[in-house]
Amino acid sequence: MTTLSLTVNGRQVSTDIDPRLNLADFLRERLSLKGTHLGCEHGACGACTVLMDGMPIRSCITMAASCDGVEITTVEGYDGDKLMARLRKAFREEHALQCGYCTPGMLATAYDIVSRLDRPDENEIRAELAGCVCRCTGYRGIVRAIERCIAEKSA
Amino acid sequence: MKAPPLEFHKPDTVEAAIAVLADSGGSARILAGGQSLVPMLNLRVAYAKTLVDIGAIRELAAIEDAGGYIRLGAGVSHARIEDGEADGHCSGMLRHVARNIAYRAVRNRGTVGGSLAHADPAADWPVAMIALGADVEVSGSNGNRKLSVEEFMVDVFTTALQEDEILTGICVPKASPDLLWSFQKMRKKSGAFGEAIAAVVHDPESGFCRVVAGSSAIGGPHRLAVLETALQEGAVDDGAIQDALTQTIGSLGRYEMQIHTVCLRRAIEEVRT
Repeated sequence: MTTLSLTVNGRQVSTDIDPRLNLADFLRERLSLKGTHLGCEHGACGACTVLMDGMPIRSCITMAASCDGVEITTVEGYDGDKLMARLRKAFREEHALQCGYCTPGMLATAYDIVSRLDRPDENEIRAELAGCVCRCTGYRGIVRAIERCIAEKSA
Repeated sequence: MKAPPLEFHKPDTVEAAIAVLADSGGSARILAGGQSLVPMLNLRVAYAKTLVDIGAIRELAAIEDAGGYIRLGAGVSHARIEDGEADGHCSGMLRHVARNIAYRAVRNRGTVGGSLAHADPAADWPVAMIALGADVEVSGSNGNRKLSVEEFMVDVFTTALQEDEILTGICVPKASPDLLWSFQKMRKKSGAFGEAIAAVVHDPESGFCRVVAGSSAIGGPHRLAVLETALQEGAVDDGAIQDALTQTIGSLGRYEMQIHTVCLRRAIEEVRT
């Protein structure tokens, strides 16, 4: 066992963990934050993307033991966040999700695209999204939702 | 899939990391960003009894201007280079290479040192760093040593690192502002590994010239010295590129020959114009 102390969605967590545990399993199994989804478990699908210290990372290929002292934000942790509220509204209205499995990772990635990049065009948005796989929507709605939030940002 | 049971160490100095490596008798592996190692542990194609996480070693995260070269700590992430922290040297090549590695979520964790030490033949940094004539700094129980990236990359997934050694930094020589470079990558999808990679660097002021190709098909980064000479003397045609590939790597399948030739041709043309 190894000790782990970190902040998850604003809450301080200190516990002992099995060192082979990945961050996604830690969030889901130990903290019951089931909003983080596991698709491929080897970093190819993006479903498990969460924010670490404000930056998107893949929780399935991040060892939980590596996360000592960091701040993690999962899809459950955006209460009162204005950008995430806008993204959720845009995702809903632009039909950017159907089954919802990829959505937590898509939202974390979209949050990074809108906040980090100035005015990315459609091609840039698509390139930034390339690490997240959606098998329902064909991506068009997701790209539109992100474009809308970027337009609102610079309006 | 999940990683098998393992021990975990997170030292906060290079010396402490070396001590764990030396004690492990070869069963420990260094964990940097883990963007290749962790999926390989999950898929059980890599094995480690002990992981030595170097994420808490602060000196490995430094980027320094060291006079004749810029020194990247081995733990510097691709994202930091993408965001311009190492700019002002190599005319933007480092930034270009970083920006085209995998996806932002991977670039936030993955490190330049991890990429070199992992020695995936399809990785970008080994090709780019050989093309730039960079050196690596290595520390171990017997002290420090410095060697060229070319010497460091021994074979597919094999480097010159001894069991008790750790890669600490990468020294990229400062080039003249007129440095010409091209980095070409052939891939079917944004963010995927290159099926063929070619890098050409030419500094007309110093006469430094490197032509390097990499990919899984050709088994890692290879310098194509014949093309380096040819490029400085005049035009290089596809026949010359194919001869150089055959001479350096051996026979290639038709598709592999085609994509590597096209990558190299594009890189050479970009530098020559």
